[in-house]
Amino acid sequence: MTGVEGYMYPNEITLYWSVLIVLYPFITGLVAGAFILASLERVFNVAAVKPTYRLALLTALSFLLVAPLPLVLHLGHPFRSPEMYFTPHATSAMAMFGYVYMWYLMAVLVFEIWLDYRREIVFLSQSTQGLLGIVYKIMTLGSTNISERALHIDERVGWVVTLVGIPSAFMLHGYVGFIFGSIKANPWWSSPLMPVVFIFSAMVSGIAGVMLLYMGLTKLRKQTIDMRCVDSIAMYLFYIFIIDFSLEMLDLVHRIYEADESFRSLDFMVHTKLYFSQIVIQICLGTILPLVLLFLTQVVKLPEIARKRIYAISGCLALIGIFAMRWNVVIGGQLFSKSFLGYTTYKMALVTKEGLFMAIALTLLPLLFLWVLIKLLPPWPETSEHAPAIGD
Amino acid sequence: MSVFKDAGHLFRFAGLFVLAFILFLVIRHFVVPKSFGQYGHYRAASIGEIAAHQVKYAGHETCETCHAEVFDVKKDGKHAHVNCEACHGALAKHADDPGAMTPTKPDTAVICARCHTASAAKPKGFPQVVPADHSTGLPCETCHQPHNPGMDAAAPKAPVKAAGGAK
Ligand code: HEC
Ligand code: HEC
Ligand code: HEC
Ligand code: HEC
Repeated sequence: MTGVEGYMYPNEITLYWSVLIVLYPFITGLVAGAFILASLERVFNVAAVKPTYRLALLTALSFLLVAPLPLVLHLGHPFRSPEMYFTPHATSAMAMFGYVYMWYLMAVLVFEIWLDYRREIVFLSQSTQGLLGIVYKIMTLGSTNISERALHIDERVGWVVTLVGIPSAFMLHGYVGFIFGSIKANPWWSSPLMPVVFIFSAMVSGIAGVMLLYMGLTKLRKQTIDMRCVDSIAMYLFYIFIIDFSLEMLDLVHRIYEADESFRSLDFMVHTKLYFSQIVIQICLGTILPLVLLFLTQVVKLPEIARKRIYAISGCLALIGIFAMRWNVVIGGQLFSKSFLGYTTYKMALVTKEGLFMAIALTLLPLLFLWVLIKLLPPWPETSEHAPAIGD
Repeated sequence: MSVFKDAGHLFRFAGLFVLAFILFLVIRHFVVPKSFGQYGHYRAASIGEIAAHQVKYAGHETCETCHAEVFDVKKDGKHAHVNCEACHGALAKHADDPGAMTPTKPDTAVICARCHTASAAKPKGFPQVVPADHSTGLPCETCHQPHNPGMDAAAPKAPVKAAGGAK
């Protein structure tokens, strides 16, 4: 049998959870992280990050729309997926997640974006002709009331929605960690720290993602990057990254100290099959290096251009590191045998339904959605060409 | 009053939710089978449907009543406990009325390999081979008698058996 060393139980030889299942927590993590960044401005009144508020919400929405696709592709039978809603199964975490997803999508993200954009939507519905105008008209829901009071009410309601959104975002991503953490048959996964680690790594990836998107898009639009904003995002990224790293190390130290019956097997795996993706990519390149770089920007007074480059580099590294973390959790947890006597290999397919190309396509798809959303609902302050139309 | 007026759009949004929820209930009413949940998280009517399926396997005792000669060969070999239909496939139709359907000869390249292809997951003691290397493309039954595959057991038919049978 190719790729099997030692003794595997028959059902362990093939890995069933492929790269798409790696992608899934990565994408939901970006959603939760982006939303939490947005909530910084809204609930915690961090004014400096305001330029990214709307971008973060749109990013969260576009990634959330793609989040179920890897699962649907993995499971097949897309027409069966609504049954999860029609026949709710209260004791299945996976089944109940359908409701968490729907709640988060409609009651939190769409509602908050709608509230925040209502003023623009009303203006756009009046100034846009043709099909797009009709789209905007539908989006107003037939109400053009943007009086000061109405907007004030929106502001308050939006605040509440964000407040509710924070635990929802935690639930959305905590759930993914919960699914892994609660599989007691798998010692690589079974840990109550799993949901917490997932949430903090989600924040890291989401904040890094929005920061990169903001910097990239601002460059594309040939505008100047608001350094005060990027500086404070980077600061939050740094702090949360430290918490995330400490939690992961806590988990590691706990495993080493506890050294239960699975330890030798898992330890061997980390030193062989997972060495590159876990030690080299995830920990050294994807965590320690960006942490050191971000630390530099916090203690040394660097010129603007150097800071920008460091932010861009450490943002990319953080995303790679978080992706590697998902990889090591999902794939790593399937590489060893429950007998602790054998190891198998994951060979990623290329052009199949669950292959590399599909994974790349699914990573790019949210960016396409984001592009459409940005065209539809420009997240930029009113300095763009719409300014005069809105001003009057 | 003006609070309601200025919050009117919120009620519209809420109305959208209520509408969607009603739509959901209506669709649910039509797509969820009536007997769903009667006994558990499944469609109760499926029990009857499954019970009504025709039996496809006859079981080896049934086969043995007519094919005693095969049974005699088989019972002394290592395949004694391998069910007839594990190799021949479901044959209840044939057992009910042999004339109605004559079973086709199983393809040994497929069925033997299904159980005997070497794999780390199989117990060490289980006889296993890498079919391509082991048979060099010949059908398994050129050398093994399927009903009694051991090399010395196959020998009774061969003239050289006399010597081998001594041990
Ligand atoms: C009622 C008696 C009867 C039962 C029970 C029965 N068979 Fe048969 N079987 C026959 C007869 C008679 C033939 C020859 C039919 C023919 O050649 O068309 C036959 C033919 C066969 C053949 C094909 C032989 C050849 O020369 O190609 C196979 C294989 C076979 N049976 C397997 C089975 C298996 C396995 C079972 C148990 C599920 C079974 N039979 C049960 C009577 C029976
Ligand atoms: C390990 C797989 C296997 C099992 C178990 C098995 N058979 Fe067969 N059987 C075969 C194969 C393969 C052939 C075809 C042999 C050939 O073409 O030379 C065959 C042929 C036959 C034939 C055709 C006549 C003959 O002897 O070649 C009959 C009848 C038959 N089997 C009945 C049975 C019955 C009854 C049982 C259960 C008691 C049984 N078989 C169990 C593999 C199996
Ligand atoms: C060229 C003749 C030949 C062919 C064809 C052949 N075998 Fe064998 N097979 C043998 C001999 C001889 C032995 C005994 C070898 C030994 O004991 O080392 C054997 C032994 C075996 C064993 C027992 C191995 C063990 O470790 O006890 C299995 C299982 C086996 N064969 C399966 C197959 C299968 C499956 C096929 C068809 C893909 C096949 N054979 C085709 C000659 C053959
Ligand atoms: C349903 C699974 C199954 C199929 C199909 C099957 N076998 Fe077997 N085979 C077994 C089992 C079980 C044993 C007994 C293993 C043991 O000794 O514990 C066995 C034993 C053997 C042995 C070792 C016999 C000995 O005396 O050491 C040979 C050779 C063999 N089979 C050949 C074949 C060939 C050739 C075929 C195809 C006609 C075949 N088997 C199809 C399950 C199967």
